[in-house]
Parts: sequence; C-alpha cells; structure tokens
Amino acid sequence: MTDPLELVCPAGTPAALRAAVEAGADCVYLGFRDETNARNFPGLNFSRDELAAGIELAHRQGTKILVAINTYPEAGNSSPWHQAVDDAATLGADAVILADVGLLDYATNKHPNLRRHLSVQASASNPESINFYQKNFGVKRVVLPRVLSVAEIAKLNKQIDVETEVFVFGGLCVMAEGRCALSSYATGISPNKNGACSPASHVRYEETGDRLISKLGDYVINEFSNDEPAGYPTLCKGRFVANDKVSYLFEEPTSLSVFMMLPELAEAGVTALKIEGRQRGKAYVKSVVTSFRQAVDAVSQGKSPPSMDLSSLSEGGKQTTGVYEKTWR
Amino acid sequence: MAMRKLAKMASPKLSLGPIMFNWPAEKWRDFYFRIADEAAVDSVCIGEVVCSKRVSFVEPHLPEVIERLQAAGKEVVLSTLALVMTDREMGQIRATTQGDDFLVEANDVSTASLLAGRPHVIGPLVNVYNEGTLEFFARQGAKRICLPVELAASTLSVLAGKAERIGQEIEVIVFGRLPLAVSARCYHARAHSLHKDGCEFVCTEDPDGMELETLDGKPFLAVNGTQTLSYSCCNLLAEIEDMRDMGIGRFRLSPQDVDMVSVAQIFRDVIDQRLEISQAGVRLEQLARDFTFSNGYFYGAEGHKMVAHQPHDPG
Repeated sequence: MTDPLELVCPAGTPAALRAAVEAGADCVYLGFRDETNARNFPGLNFSRDELAAGIELAHRQGTKILVAINTYPEAGNSSPWHQAVDDAATLGADAVILADVGLLDYATNKHPNLRRHLSVQASASNPESINFYQKNFGVKRVVLPRVLSVAEIAKLNKQIDVETEVFVFGGLCVMAEGRCALSSYATGISPNKNGACSPASHVRYEETGDRLISKLGDYVINEFSNDEPAGYPTLCKGRFVANDKVSYLFEEPTSLSVFMMLPELAEAGVTALKIEGRQRGKAYVKSVVTSFRQAVDAVSQGKSPPSMDLSSLSEGGKQTTGVYEKTWR
Repeated sequence: MAMRKLAKMASPKLSLGPIMFNWPAEKWRDFYFRIADEAAVDSVCIGEVVCSKRVSFVEPHLPEVIERLQAAGKEVVLSTLALVMTDREMGQIRATTQGDDFLVEANDVSTASLLAGRPHVIGPLVNVYNEGTLEFFARQGAKRICLPVELAASTLSVLAGKAERIGQEIEVIVFGRLPLAVSARCYHARAHSLHKDGCEFVCTEDPDGMELETLDGKPFLAVNGTQTLSYSCCNLLAEIEDMRDMGIGRFRLSPQDVDMVSVAQIFRDVIDQRLEISQAGVRLEQLARDFTFSNGYFYGAEGHKMVAHQPHDPG
C-alpha cells in the first residue's frame, strides 16, 4: 500500500479557496494579486489580508496553503518578489512555490525554515536538475513539467530524494513550462515576466460574413463557423497552416485529464496531484475537487477510481491524457 | 565609471551560436569549415541543442570540425541539449561535460549543475532574468551568460551592470530566428502525421525551420522538431551601439541557411564602426532576402515587431 496521494487544488479567489477546502483539498495553492505569480489575471488572486484569512480558514480544516511566487523577478525590481516571499512566511503559509534561481536563493537565505517547492515553471525534467534545486535550495518537492510519461516519472522517482507533484486535470501547456516565449512574441506579455499567457487584453473576436475570427495581438489564432462554439485563443491551441495543411499543429483546444490513471501515478511514486485552474470559478473548483477526492480515496483503498464525466469542465469539452502516454509526443 | 569606459573601449567579441536545425552532416561540416576559414567570429558554439536523436549524424565530423576551428584561432564552445528527459540524453551531456578541453554551454539547469566548479557558459535557454540568478550562476563558475531572447533594453542594462561588477561576460543574440519554445512533442513529426519515435527525420527538409502561417496567410512561427522559433529573424544591428554603452561585450549570431560569413562580416564592420548602420541594414536585407526582421523585445514590445531605432535612455 502506498501513502495516500495528496490533492493540491487551485484557488483564484477566497470563495474558490473555501470551496476547495470544503470539497476535501489537502492543499490549496494560490498567488498574490500581482505579477509575482503565473496567473496574473484581472480580478484574481489574493491580497495580504485575504491570504491571512484564507490560511486561518484552511488550517482550521487541516488544509495546507501553498503560495505560488513563480514568475521570474524583473532585473532592477526584485522587491515585489522578495516582499511576496517575506509575506508568505510571515502570514504562515505552509510552503512557497518558486521557479527563479535567484528567488530560491533569496528564500533559502532569508527564510530557511519556510518550505520550498519547485514550480513547474522551472521545468526540472531530470534527476540532475532536481538534485541541483535540492542541494542548493533544499526544495522538498518538485512540480514536474508536462514532458514526461508515467513510465519516465516512475524511473525518475527512483533516482531522486524529493517529493514529486504532477498535474492531473485542467489547462495544459504543450511547451515545457517556463521555457515558452510564444505569448510575448505575439503580445509582448510574457508568462515568465508578467505571469500571463495569451492575455485577454490582447484578444479580439472579429466577424467576417459567416465566420468568427479569434485573434491574439496581430495574429489570427482560430476561426469558427456560426454553429461552432468559439473558444478562447490560447496561442498553442490555435489552428495554423504548415506545408499548405491546416491543423491544430501544437495541440487541440483540450484539457488534461488523467482521472483513470491515478493508480499508475501512485504506483510511479508520485506524492501529490495538482489540479490546474486558478482562473476558474468556485463551481469548477468544487466539482473537480469533489471528484478527485473520491478518486484519491478509492485509490488509497486499493480500488479503481469511480467512473466520472468531467468533460463539461474541460476546454472545448475535450480531454487528453497528454504526455503521460508516450504516443502523445 | 573608469571600468565602464574600459569595457566600452575593448572591442566586442562575436560568437556564432549553435546550428539549431537538422542540416545534412556534410553540409554541417562544410559550413563550419568555411566559418573556420573565413568568418570574422571569435567563438563558435557547436553541438545539438534541440533533438538528441540528431546527434549521431554529425558526431563523426566533430573532431575535424573542432580541429579546423581551433587551428583558425576560434574559441570552440560545446553547446548542449535544452530539454533533457531521458537517461540516454543525460548520458550524452555527461560525456560532453567530462574533461577540461573545452568550454561547455549549458542550456538546461542539469548541465549547469554538472559544470559547477569550473568555468562554463550559461546559454540562452536557461532562464536568467535578474541579478540574483546571474550572481548565483557566477558563483557556480559561469564566466559568460548568453541571455534569453525576451529581455528588454532596461533589463539588459541592469544585468550588464551587474555582470561588469562581478567580472562576468554578457552575450546577447543579435541575429537569427529566435528560439521561443521547446516541447516534449515533435511538431515536425506531427505535421507529417508521424510519431516522434518514427519521425523519419522530416525536420531535415527545412534548413531554416518549417514556416507556420495563420489562417489568413500571415507568417508567424517556424517549427524545428520539438523547438518553435520566430518566423522573423532577429536583427539588432542598430542597437549594438546602445548595448556597447551598457557594457555588453559579446554578440551572438544564430546560424540560418544564408551566407553566415557575410552576415558575420556585416556585424563585425558595424561593431568596428567601419560600416554605417543604414548601409549594413541594406546589405543584411540583401543577404537574408527570405526573412523579415524583428527587434521588438529590445524595446519591450511584441517580439515580432520591428521598431525604429531609438537610443536607449539609461534613465
């Protein structure tokens, strides 16, 4: 019998945090309301007071709070990032999730007792990288980039002495996380620097005849006929032309779901499962966390996850197991 | 101030970055022979950065290429894989980082870790966005850092200042398609309805990458196996003087399937102030006819934009 998998759930608002806690999250991850976190969208995230209240609420239920400070501090302007780490420590967060080497160095020296997780944005995809972050910054857990199959994750876990956390549901980066400048190439807004990918401020929809065109900056990302639902123009989920052929070359508008693979992930030695979606509402958080709570509990009792349909919560209603199955590549 | 002036006066160096694309082995070898014999570059980075499956093609030619480059007085830097996922890939990197004969460039943190304790280079695919990270890698033994592509002049200026104070060299990519993303998935294989494991090396068909257009026919990106590059070609000819003023002393040309010897000469002549920027720009356009140019990142704008030169205001 393996240890129960820990369920790490998103919160973009205090209401979502409450929903996650009530639905049985073991941990809730969140960010401050600024460019220090990788979901820096209008109307989302937490003030210092909201975090303090959130920590109190979560701790009453035995739920941990992880603060994502996982963008790359701007040269000459590191204080918002340093302040975020200081405040997370002062307010009693259970861990910070960091990506930048300089910021990890700062947190290690300034707050040696504050638990540090390595963000997926650091894209640590092999034992040597993970050991680097463990040796130099004492990271206790690494969130794995979505580049490894389950078999590779199992192998990796045997080679390292750090907990691993993997994404199991929600929005799906198809590029190695933290190593993608597609958004800034098209819009000037960068996930690494500004904490936003394919930002809404640069999205436009244009009607031409019977077609609806979605654009990001100056670039058409997709087009839809009247009877098709128009999706959000996330750059890597767009339709493009290569060799005169139109296709979703990078990936279709789809979401990750590995609900049925939880036993394999447990077997592979994973410690924690991460649900993406800090930009989603409390209803999404409640449904997904409730479903995964049941599944994780079943798996920890040696049973199969109950069959559940989460497709209505996925982008475009479509789901993929992504890179966890090797054929995806 | 005195140090800053000194850095400004020392003649900046030119590097040739690693070939990102899957060129046939003979073409690869002959390219470097010509670079050795004719190109006005001080350093040459060689080695596969994108796909570990390509390594075996050029490996037989590696010794003769290195010998020719060194005989011509070029510093040889061994560049390494950006996304390291398998034991086999880690093994390739271990082999490259063993021995002290060459300076090695890390394009992944794993490689930087293996190189700690001896002089090495941090490549543009490792995230160095601020002074804290720069200083950490310097303490580990990095003597040169080639910065990521999405940094604006204000950031370059701060990092160059920091580097100067701690005796580090900063390098900036000034020519070539910009490496924007890397993935586990091979988009070249996918475009040809193949799996990565049975890719038939279709990426060989596109020596500058496979161009990707939007649905309304606007060129956007270039696919190179698991890597995605910009469609536009970075051109920071007009900004070199600003970067010299910041104390940046090394500039990198990323190889495209054009006459790179002539490209290098244009940049050399601009650096040495033997050629007017406007003239240099016209010559570069003639050499790289199939490319559109961009410099947007330098100005904090969209990366694909070509912004009219404005002198950097150090504020």
